[in-house]
Amino acid sequence: MKIPLIYNLRSIRQRPVSTAATALGMAVVVAVFIAMMALSNGFKAALVKTGSSDNAFILRKGAQAEMNSGIDRHTASVIASLPFVAADETGRPLVSPEIFVVVGLTRLNGGFANVVVRGISPQALKVRKGITITDGRMFQVGAPEILVGATLARSFPNTGLGDRITFGGRDWTVVGHFTANGSSFESEIWGENEQFMPVFRGEVFQSVTFRMKDPAAFDGVKQTLETDPRITVDVAREIEFYEGQSRLLSQVLGFIAVFISGVMAVGAIFGAVNTMYAAVASRAPEIGVLLTLGFRPRSVMSSFLAEAMIIALIGGVIGALLALPINGLVTSTTNWNSFSEVAFAFRVTPALLLSGLGFSVVMGLLGGYFPARRAAKQEVVEALRAEG
Amino acid sequence: MALVEMRDVTKAYHRDAQEIPVFSRVNLDIAQGEFLALMGPSGSGKSTLLNLLAGLDRPTSGRITVGSDDVTGMNARQLAAWRARHVGFVFQFYNLLPVLTAFQNIELPLLLTNLSKKARRDHVQASLEIVGLTDRAEHFPRQLSGGEQQRVGIARAIVSDPTMLLADEPTGDLDARSAEEILALLQRLNQEFGKTIVMVTHDARAAEHAHATMHLDKGVLTR
Amino acid sequence: MKFARLVLANLGRNKRRTVLTVLSVALAFFLFATLRSVLTTLDAARELGSESRLIVLNATGLTFPVRQSQIPRLEAMEGVKSVSWANWFGGLYQERPEDFFANFAIDPASYLALYPEVQLPPDQKTTFLAERTAAIVGKGLMEKFGWRLGQTVTLKGTIFPGDWDFVIRGVYTPTDPAYGDQNFFFRYDYLYERSGRRAEPGWFVLQLTDPASAATISARVDTMFKNSPTPTKTETEKAFQAGFVTMWGNVAFLMRAIGTAVFFAILFVAANTMMMAARERIGEIAVLKTLGFPDGTIFGIVIAEAGVMTLLGGAIGLVGARALFGSTHALDAFLPGFRVEGGTLALGFAIAATLGVISGALPAWQAARLSVVQALRKVA
Ligand SMILES: Nc1ncnc2c1ncn2[C@@H]1O[C@H](COP(=O)(O)OP(=O)(O)OP(=O)(O)O)[C@@H](O)[C@H]1O
Ligand SMILES: [Mg+2]
Repeated sequence: MKIPLIYNLRSIRQRPVSTAATALGMAVVVAVFIAMMALSNGFKAALVKTGSSDNAFILRKGAQAEMNSGIDRHTASVIASLPFVAADETGRPLVSPEIFVVVGLTRLNGGFANVVVRGISPQALKVRKGITITDGRMFQVGAPEILVGATLARSFPNTGLGDRITFGGRDWTVVGHFTANGSSFESEIWGENEQFMPVFRGEVFQSVTFRMKDPAAFDGVKQTLETDPRITVDVAREIEFYEGQSRLLSQVLGFIAVFISGVMAVGAIFGAVNTMYAAVASRAPEIGVLLTLGFRPRSVMSSFLAEAMIIALIGGVIGALLALPINGLVTSTTNWNSFSEVAFAFRVTPALLLSGLGFSVVMGLLGGYFPARRAAKQEVVEALRAEG
Repeated sequence: MALVEMRDVTKAYHRDAQEIPVFSRVNLDIAQGEFLALMGPSGSGKSTLLNLLAGLDRPTSGRITVGSDDVTGMNARQLAAWRARHVGFVFQFYNLLPVLTAFQNIELPLLLTNLSKKARRDHVQASLEIVGLTDRAEHFPRQLSGGEQQRVGIARAIVSDPTMLLADEPTGDLDARSAEEILALLQRLNQEFGKTIVMVTHDARAAEHAHATMHLDKGVLTR
Repeated sequence: MKFARLVLANLGRNKRRTVLTVLSVALAFFLFATLRSVLTTLDAARELGSESRLIVLNATGLTFPVRQSQIPRLEAMEGVKSVSWANWFGGLYQERPEDFFANFAIDPASYLALYPEVQLPPDQKTTFLAERTAAIVGKGLMEKFGWRLGQTVTLKGTIFPGDWDFVIRGVYTPTDPAYGDQNFFFRYDYLYERSGRRAEPGWFVLQLTDPASAATISARVDTMFKNSPTPTKTETEKAFQAGFVTMWGNVAFLMRAIGTAVFFAILFVAANTMMMAARERIGEIAVLKTLGFPDGTIFGIVIAEAGVMTLLGGAIGLVGARALFGSTHALDAFLPGFRVEGGTLALGFAIAATLGVISGALPAWQAARLSVVQALRKVA
């Protein structure tokens, strides 16, 4: 026989302050958990979204990061001529050999930051999906013109259309702003690869990205390229490369999130244990009556567990609501693979909210277990005699 | 002049907008060294009267003086200090602190004085001797019988040598024998130590231990 | 003080509750100590760099090299005592990103002379200066991988391709733990030659004769190379370090936000305990009042109870964190010299006391203004 839930709701209402304190304690834990995970997810998402699984991404063998890599013109043209490179309407291969450098720029607030400057081929906007020029236009081939990522434009001076930025010893005119689905591209400056090449590292690209004709055939593409005797390269799906770049930091952030909220959770669980023991103690006579009426100890136990979970769930919901407003908040850190700054937004997803609620329920279960067991194991006579 | 003088004391409780009169214009004099029993049906206001005497509650109107002190004119802080000096209270359910030993319970009122630790110990020992519990000093309330607990309660009430002892049904929760012991003890305190005692009771035999008995019924106090 | 026993006896009334509350407070203060020590360690790192050393970088950006050809001109400058240089090698050990550690090529003699922080036994130093493939390794890193002196370690080059073998010829200990003992240094000349003479220094380090001249010399260096193919950006080592610390982003804000959250979470737990404890004792509080205990004393007793719990919990958490990180160096790989400072302990105790007062305030206030008559009626 089940003890109706209404019984628990009533008892929760009878001790509003204690319930509220316990629930709020858990709410804070859940909020911290969601916020920290949103940070980790946001960073990961910014980098992962940077890549597409339709694209192959090529670095010099062993380079690990664009910054370390060097790909000569010959290699780049070998790649562009391969049959599994997709082509646009006009038949030109969808390939972008790119320059990747990191330059130091002064921020609007005076601080100094390392910014990625990427030299792309004019095809790049077709190779990559989701790039939108929001203001202005694409740079002209052969001109010292640049596009500025939307996030970057917000925190650096001289990034308005028509403004000039100096780096690499030259002036560059801003002709457009672009968005890229909130990915880390939005923290970059883009110009033409042939313009950047002489200014920075001489006759070498850092990476080559191309659209595959058949993305499903990636393994074959990788195999062919990596064993081609004319070139020495590493090939990855673009999305996997960027995922790899984010892995360490998002793992560290995820670990910190779990560590901090785990330690806090133990504290909150202790709080719940206290509350539930008090609830059990104050209702000893009621429990006695229930047991006398023939309710099974197991029903008593699940009733108290349910009560603990209700309190926890209230906390979970409040915590989720507390954490919700940080969704979309933009912050920045460094991509240590290139020492460059990446801006990204906290990402509170429905799945994350759900796991926050799940977290709270687990806290409730753990906090309620021993008190509930105590309630169930109560001797009927003792329980009836105890004063309320 | 009487030790305690109640003049035209009226007490009414307010529940919501409703006024619940307990008694009105009661007059009572208690002489120094008296042992007075107060009887009356349940709900007649005996405890209320005792609480007023103890300075735990305030009359709706009227005046209460104890010795030279006007109890009705004091603020809460003054009342607390006054209670500590002048009132020893004995409860029906003993009301010992379960976490403290008998000794520590008795010592409580002395914590409010400037007495040294040693002086406090001497006082507590003396009280324990009077109530005959020297050997139970280190016991906790739950290790004592009801009668013993009440003796500790009385020891606590007399330890600071208050002007008067107020007892609200001190034997109400005890069997006949224990009750008899407690009453004998109160009587001794009155006769040997000259303590002024007011005792509320339901038990006519208990009242016989007192010098005088007063009855409170329907708001009227009669001898 | 004479009320201490009453306070302690009350805490002993429900031991499980007291213990659980103290433990949850302890956990909170353990977190507090950890989070704050991240900040103090970062602040220490910010202060770490010397004011009498300058770092000369390529003006274009951190990842662009400077030129060997610039060395003589720097050495000739007035106020510059000596010049050294180093290069970020970025090699991977065992190709696992988790095993990553910082590895640099340094010009051996000048670098060791410039960095007295790197303490190396004299015989090991001699070998390092003499042997081209020699490397010196921080003590912590040696322990992390269980390396031995004389062992050959292979790094996979990322910037400079290929497998690079080094023989560990020295183990250094830093004079200041904040300097870190997780670095791997090898010889720049080896890098230069094996790279087909293509390597260039990543940066220069200048030792100044007088730290006061830092600003003027920085400016002079940068003007000197302004119109050269490799313009420079020069700053004190301290400023350079501080810039690196800044690259983590707004760690301070994050730590503070979490710290505040921890405080509130634990405030709820402690306050709840105090309220439960006070509620169960309404009758006893009424008895104390009957005995003549003034409201202020009652208030104080309840606050003291809360204070004892939070201070005890605080002590366990704070001292525990200090002892734990002091003995295990668990975070040293991320944050060299990570430790819980005395200031953190002091601040922690102040917060614990505050927590006690706040969590006890409501029940204490309720207890103090409790009506004796009402409370006694409930009990009887
Ligand atoms: N705080 C209060 N609020 C409202 N009414 C009260 C309050 N205290 C007492 N009363 C009422 O005042 C009347 C006198 O109560 P009191 O406790 O003094 O009676 P009593 O004579 O001591 O009874 P008993 O013998 O049962 O102890 C009762 O009717 C009671 O309901
Ligand atoms: Mg009564």
